[in-house]
Amino acid sequence: MSEGQIDEGLRAELQRQGIWVTSMQELYNWGRKNSIWPLQFGLACCAIEMIAAAASRYDIARFGGEVFRPSPRQADLMIVAGTVTKKMAPQIVRLYNQMPDPKYVISMGACAISGGPFKQGYNVLKGIDRYIPVDVYIPGCPPRPEALLHAFMELQRKIDSQKLSGENKAEFLKPEQPSEFPVPEFGEHDLNPPANPKTYRPPKLERA
Amino acid sequence: MTPDPYLFIVIFAGVALMFPLLPLGLAWMWRRFFQPPKPGAQKNAIYECGVESVGEAQIQFRSQYYLYAIIFLIFDVEAVFLVPFAVAFSGLPLGAFIAILVFLLLLIEGLVWAWGKGCLNWGPTRTGT
Repeated sequence: MSEGQIDEGLRAELQRQGIWVTSMQELYNWGRKNSIWPLQFGLACCAIEMIAAAASRYDIARFGGEVFRPSPRQADLMIVAGTVTKKMAPQIVRLYNQMPDPKYVISMGACAISGGPFKQGYNVLKGIDRYIPVDVYIPGCPPRPEALLHAFMELQRKIDSQKLSGENKAEFLKPEQPSEFPVPEFGEHDLNPPANPKTYRPPKLERA
Repeated sequence: MTPDPYLFIVIFAGVALMFPLLPLGLAWMWRRFFQPPKPGAQKNAIYECGVESVGEAQIQFRSQYYLYAIIFLIFDVEAVFLVPFAVAFSGLPLGAFIAILVFLLLLIEGLVWAWGKGCLNWGPTRTGT
């Protein structure tokens, strides 16, 4: 709800009387956050935890995310579950590009965040956020299904707080914000380019 | 006064029409007023599991594979009958034994016929017509 449209007290009072007042933005975000459809793919062992989260014991369906789509055209969320090899990175970025807006990315596990235990490997991408924007990071090797569910809830919180209009509206609603990101190509020794400088903001190391 | 019995058909038709049109219309309005369109070369490209598609999608396949598949299917079904036949083999009466033999012979004869027709040849040259 944008500010100043309805008094919160009046709203609560109306709700007590059985009248439910909402705004377009709240309705839209409510629908969106409760039906996040992930793209169905797994890269490494984190995918097993993702599968466990989708199965009956952890049951991601409680959060509306059980509809794993085999096509990026129908997916809202990309769960990068596992080690991204340099061979696989262009395909991941291309799949992300083929998803329609609004789209979100969960970087699951140490490998997808930074390369994890294989960071020194010549063939491992050191974090998927070098090429595509990531919304939620889950640490762990692998993270347990509960951690994925927590990330899912964090993403729901983020979606719920996105604005439809105004100056600081959601990124995907801004026409100048790109929906596609350049796909890296295989270079002689590394992917070319090694990172997309427009999306990749490496943490700065500051010594005190 | 009872309503016209055809009225229900009109109501059903209206609901059937509105059910798909309403979400489509809402989606169109959403795109019109909120979501800026962001088409792109890769977004509109053919989905091939993330790999770039090669060549044209509308190419001609050899029909030879179809014949192979049909012959395989027949013998696949035969295997389903052969397993209970083998399990019950020692206790089978003579009539049942002859019946299954006739079944097998019919299939073998079909295979020989297909062989003679050249269906098992996987090459550019076709023998037989």
